[in-house]
Amino acid sequence: MAGTISRLQHAGGHRRLTVTEPLPVRLLLIAVALLFLGLVLVVPLAAVFSEALRKGAAAYGAALVDPDAIAAIKLTLLTAVIAVPLNLVFGVAASWAIAKFHFRGKNLLITLIDLPFAVSPVISGLIYVLLFGAHGWIGPWLQERDIQIIFAVPGIVLATIFVTFPFVARELIPLMESQGTDEEESAMVLGANGWQTFFRVTLPNIKWGLLYGVILCNARAMGEFGAVSVVSGHIRGLTNTMPLHVEILYNEYNFVAAFAVASLLAALALLTLVIKNIIEWKAHRDAAPQPEHGENPA
Amino acid sequence: MTTITRKSNVLPGFGLTLGFTLFYLSVIVLIPLSATFLRSASLTWPEFWDTVTNARVVASYKLSFGASTLAALINGVFGFIVAWVLVRYSFPGKKLVDALVDLPFALPTAVAGIALTAVYAKNGWIGSLLEPHGIKVAFTPLGVLLALIFIGLPFVVRTIQPVLEDLEAEIEEAAASLGANRLQTFFRVILPTVFPALLTGVAMAFARALGEYGSVVFISGNMPMKTEITPLMIITKLEQYDYAGATAIAVVMLVISFALLLGINLLQAWSARR
Amino acid sequence: MSIQAKNITKTFGSFVALNNVSIDFPSGQLVALLGPSGSGKTTLLRIISGLEAADGGSIYFDGEDATNRNAKDRRVGFVFQHYALFRHMSVFDNIAFGLTVKPRRDRPSKADIRDRVFSLLKLVQLDWLAHRYPSQLSGGQRQRVALARALAVEPKVLLLDEPFGALDAKVRKELRRWLRRLHDEIHVTSVFVTHDVEEALEVADVIVVMNNGGIEQIGTPEEVCSRPATPFVRDFLSDVDLPAVQDRRQRELAAPIQLASPV
Repeated sequence: MAGTISRLQHAGGHRRLTVTEPLPVRLLLIAVALLFLGLVLVVPLAAVFSEALRKGAAAYGAALVDPDAIAAIKLTLLTAVIAVPLNLVFGVAASWAIAKFHFRGKNLLITLIDLPFAVSPVISGLIYVLLFGAHGWIGPWLQERDIQIIFAVPGIVLATIFVTFPFVARELIPLMESQGTDEEESAMVLGANGWQTFFRVTLPNIKWGLLYGVILCNARAMGEFGAVSVVSGHIRGLTNTMPLHVEILYNEYNFVAAFAVASLLAALALLTLVIKNIIEWKAHRDAAPQPEHGENPA
Repeated sequence: MTTITRKSNVLPGFGLTLGFTLFYLSVIVLIPLSATFLRSASLTWPEFWDTVTNARVVASYKLSFGASTLAALINGVFGFIVAWVLVRYSFPGKKLVDALVDLPFALPTAVAGIALTAVYAKNGWIGSLLEPHGIKVAFTPLGVLLALIFIGLPFVVRTIQPVLEDLEAEIEEAAASLGANRLQTFFRVILPTVFPALLTGVAMAFARALGEYGSVVFISGNMPMKTEITPLMIITKLEQYDYAGATAIAVVMLVISFALLLGINLLQAWSARR
Repeated sequence: MSIQAKNITKTFGSFVALNNVSIDFPSGQLVALLGPSGSGKTTLLRIISGLEAADGGSIYFDGEDATNRNAKDRRVGFVFQHYALFRHMSVFDNIAFGLTVKPRRDRPSKADIRDRVFSLLKLVQLDWLAHRYPSQLSGGQRQRVALARALAVEPKVLLLDEPFGALDAKVRKELRRWLRRLHDEIHVTSVFVTHDVEEALEVADVIVVMNNGGIEQIGTPEEVCSRPATPFVRDFLSDVDLPAVQDRRQRELAAPIQLASPV
């Protein structure tokens, strides 16, 4: 997953395969792949929408305009609006330092940035409970000052930042490393200052990788369940994000409403995939070398 | 880590960006994580040991490890086939299928969980077909396995795909001109080249499956000793306000996760060298 | 073994790579397919090897129709421009590969395979590198390993696609001299593709000049130089000083062959 844009921009040319498997083997393998993907991915995805509309459009609509549902949607958006830009700024800063300069411990730093991906979402929530909860290290001090982090919005935002922490950075680091420093150095030599260099030279070069990281970061931020579940306290209308709202409705056997809210999240996931593919396509197109005039086709 | 030997003397912002990176990394990740380890130090060794070897917790390790291993291996096989088919063959709708592989990355795990449950429960689309044959998926370890296959799939496919794409056609042509049949070419030339990537993908799928929570809790039914996964044990302890117990189990999981992360990094270094 | 191509046609999309090409390669000769890029020479070579299927026409080996035979059943040795060595195998295992994939009943014993590999390594003067991996070899060494690998299965035909194209000028010259002498030793029908006129003149018994998917002229180096059949051949060969090339050929082939070891 790391460095998709970087890889796309360095992918080799078209290869033609003349040695291949017999047609029946090819068809069998395609059938196996499609059946597997169908059973594991497609059928469940279709089920979300089918279950949501089981009792008709009216019930579907009602579930979405329910005040608790709207509160959950608002909280989810708020969380993403805070978490994504913070991780974006971090990702750009980290990749600038890592890709454009040499320093000892760089590989360790990259591994540490990846750390949140290795941690179970449940633990990602737990660490903040242990830090800021009523029985946590700073909990009593916070309580005296009436600052609520756990079972409140700040905890949800923190946990979301943690689980989406590496997304932008790990997309940008390989991309910026592959681009080197030549263009930035030329800009500096031509008299640009640091910010001009960044905004006019670096940023245009990394825009697709940046967008790609942001899109994936956003999808995870809006969809995170485990970590947020631990720190939220599940207070309806107050600390419920959309995935948590889905859980509550589901556990109350209110399946139509649960799947209705879930269908919004599924639509978001599909939209994410569409945008992601558009970005990949554009990045690939931008990186493709322009054919020279009069070049022989063979 | 802050010894500065600059790659470039001209470019500005090294101090600012590295400083911010280290600050943000410390505040969000390093300090909270190390606080967890420190916290577990407040437990006495026998307390810690009793918590992490409690029969119910041990049953959860068995399920988590067993199902994660099996899911990663199944993804290894089918993920390889999917990657192979996407790289090598053309068929209508291939672009769509390729895009869909990332669905588990994009779909919130809770949504995946309730969707899989709905489909594979005994009155669901597929569950109702399996029920007459005595196969129960939802609320059994099989359901846990299914959820873990779902979330691990893209790791395997997306790790193998670029390596398959970069395989030179000439290598296979050379094998063919030397008299190797397709199976010999696959097992003796292609597979050894792709193997490090395959192993990396399987290890990543395994690591992800171990920690997975959202998609599993809905389909597993969470029956003590039977279908409880280890992350759920942490939640259960927390709900009982047993912070020490939750921390102890979390530390066990973190140690395993970090070991896996180290292993995956070594694997990637190995496959990059090949 | 002789090779015959009859009425071969091949198109890639709208591009005609070969247009109704017919040619005989007599047994035991070293033939150069010479032409600019896009002339169809590599495509013809790949069709002879079975790596590419022609859209129309037939290939005969010793008069036997081989058109529908798989690459793996044609007993053709193929040497690729970029060597196509198996990275994860040692030099020894690369050369042994063709022998170890034979069906059990035809497969030589381990000892026989070992002997064969080492005699080939001696032939290409690399027996001291048997346990190295391709990444540890120079370009010239890799190409010689690729050649030894192709020869291991005792092919009836040896096909070489721009065999020296990826090498630097000095190594190129040495290797092509060496190929000429190797051919004089083993006499297997060999066809190599090149766009380098001097290379073709220096090495080949017969030169096939190709252009735009067709054959312009077939002849000995002297013939194509002194009696170009078409304006294209005259243009393509116009810069060559034939007497100098012939002189060099005589001199170099008479001299004892010496490959600087890290070639």
